[in-house]
Amino acid sequence: MSARLPLVGRGRRTFHRLARERVAIVCLAVLALIALTCLFGPGLTGHEPERTYPDLRRLPAGIAAQPDADHLRPALERLAFRMRVRLDDVSREGDALRLTLGSDSGIDRRSLVYLPRSDLFGEPRVVADAESGKRLVVSVPVRHLRFPLGTDVHGRDLLTRCLVAGRISLLIGLTATLVALLIGVGYGASAGFLGGGVDAAMMRLVDVLYALPFVFFVILLLVFFRASLVLMLVAIGAVEWLDMARIVRAQTLSLRERDFVRAARALGLGAPRIIRRHIVPNTLGPVAVAATLLVPRVILLESFLSFLGLGVQEPQTSWGVLIAEGARAIESAPHMLAAPAAFLIATLVALNLLGDALADALDPRAE
Amino acid sequence: MIRFILRRLAQAVPTLLAVVTVSFFLMRLAPGGPFDLERPLAPAAMENLRRVYGLDRPLIVQFGSYLAALAHGDLGPSFSFRDMSVLDLIARGLPVSATLGALALVLSAILGIGLGTVAALRRGGAVDRLLGLGAALSLSLPSFVVAPLLQIAFGLSLRWLPVSGWDGGAPSHLVLPVVTLALPQVGALARLTRASLAEVLRTQPVQTMRSLGLPPSRITRHALRGALLPVAAYLGPLAAALLTGSVVVETIFGLPGIGRYFVEGALNRDYTLVMGTVLLVAGLVIALNLAADLACAWLDPRLRVAA
Repeated sequence: MSARLPLVGRGRRTFHRLARERVAIVCLAVLALIALTCLFGPGLTGHEPERTYPDLRRLPAGIAAQPDADHLRPALERLAFRMRVRLDDVSREGDALRLTLGSDSGIDRRSLVYLPRSDLFGEPRVVADAESGKRLVVSVPVRHLRFPLGTDVHGRDLLTRCLVAGRISLLIGLTATLVALLIGVGYGASAGFLGGGVDAAMMRLVDVLYALPFVFFVILLLVFFRASLVLMLVAIGAVEWLDMARIVRAQTLSLRERDFVRAARALGLGAPRIIRRHIVPNTLGPVAVAATLLVPRVILLESFLSFLGLGVQEPQTSWGVLIAEGARAIESAPHMLAAPAAFLIATLVALNLLGDALADALDPRAE
Repeated sequence: MIRFILRRLAQAVPTLLAVVTVSFFLMRLAPGGPFDLERPLAPAAMENLRRVYGLDRPLIVQFGSYLAALAHGDLGPSFSFRDMSVLDLIARGLPVSATLGALALVLSAILGIGLGTVAALRRGGAVDRLLGLGAALSLSLPSFVVAPLLQIAFGLSLRWLPVSGWDGGAPSHLVLPVVTLALPQVGALARLTRASLAEVLRTQPVQTMRSLGLPPSRITRHALRGALLPVAAYLGPLAAALLTGSVVVETIFGLPGIGRYFVEGALNRDYTLVMGTVLLVAGLVIALNLAADLACAWLDPRLRVAA
């Protein structure tokens, strides 16, 4: 009488078939890698996502330590101007710079604090003091900053921002899919199980909703009621449950005539209990496929809204927001588009291929 | 047949009414109004403007008069484009969006169905796998990434095509937006065609034709007719989405289409313009879904009985 047994058998067979597919394994690995780096990576890059390095804007991607020689000189000149000193000589000593500073009116040593404050240098050490404070020789260590994917127009580390953005994009993808899943499965299973007039009325509503220009409604909602994360989750989830409801209903229609459901009914179980215990678990196969393919659609929809400036708002960021920033700076800093786009596309391709593989593995007719 | 069409059209009326009602009250519930400028207007001027556009009357009266005007085919004046009615704006924007959408639809249908057929005929082979990967990739390339890349490559570097603008619909201005619009749909259609055709090729009639020794090209032609059923059903909503304009593509390429009027209208609280565009899209969705259903009935005689 257990409705779960066939699922277990099918589930195991699906898993074995899936494991044989190299594509599916690669996709799973890619997704796990992206999810883990987004989750833990921002703490390991050594940069805060909001931290700006004004002297290092629009750095291209690369593994060389920053600041490099090209950025050092202009940065030093700006600092000297702020410290009101002349930059008489600069020489390199290993990891440190030996600066010879001069000023006709005497150097205020407190102004040396500008050096570490600029993020590019460590604590300065005074080596020699000549001409009663009008000439100062200072040794200052150069910091080694690394920006593997470069920096954006404000000098923020792009890798850290991509990873933090990934958290939001993935979070929205998963939760909005979950919302759609809960509504769709509940609605579809109820309609299919109750059948008759109730079913006809419920599916008629779905047909009507299908005809609505939903993306337009989502845009309206977000424009009028200040875009917020929760509103976006609800709006996307509310739009995307229709397909799920149709799939689950079709499954339920065939399930409700099966013996184990009849037996459950004969034993006097109520409709909610039968739906929960016997119908829903047996629809999970196709639902899993639909959900896997829904996640990339939702992520894409979120990026699309964020790209239009209607989705995620500063200081939060998502891949769509970063891509919009990159598209605006595409001529001066093409890496700003490439980096977040690569993250987004890799995720979407992996999810789409995984969904295909899952559908193949679940196909009972496949040999 | 006629009765079927009439019934479907009658069913469309409550749907459209729902669209009008929801969008009307949704907009009025939202904070802000069409005349909120950076520098607030003098109260008297504001009062006058509101009276001219009828915004001072009770909401339900406004709704009633909007519906009454709508019944006469009048979508009202635009609030943000001075001296223009919403119908004027639609008459301006729709040809732009429709041209782009129709071209993108034809392009994606030819490529998608063609590639999907090739994949289904070589199921499991290297070509099939390659096409599957290509389809997944095309579905995963967001238009807002593709569009700037195309602009950079063909507009700025090679200087073959203009970067943006409409210029009265000159062919060179159409290429990049159409390609951007069509690209993800090629993948979607190829996938759908492949799955559906592979299914049909496994069925009894096809096996029989094979065993009778019919040439493969003829078998494919027969099978394709049945296999195009789900594709035709998908083309309906797709056509509606493409014809009414992709908001992103019109924004990036600076095209004066319906999608852009809609977004600008929403941002400016141009109530009538938003209602007009939403209504237009909903109407097109319904009409094209109906067309898709008729195409399905033409492809599969069994559906005619049910209808």
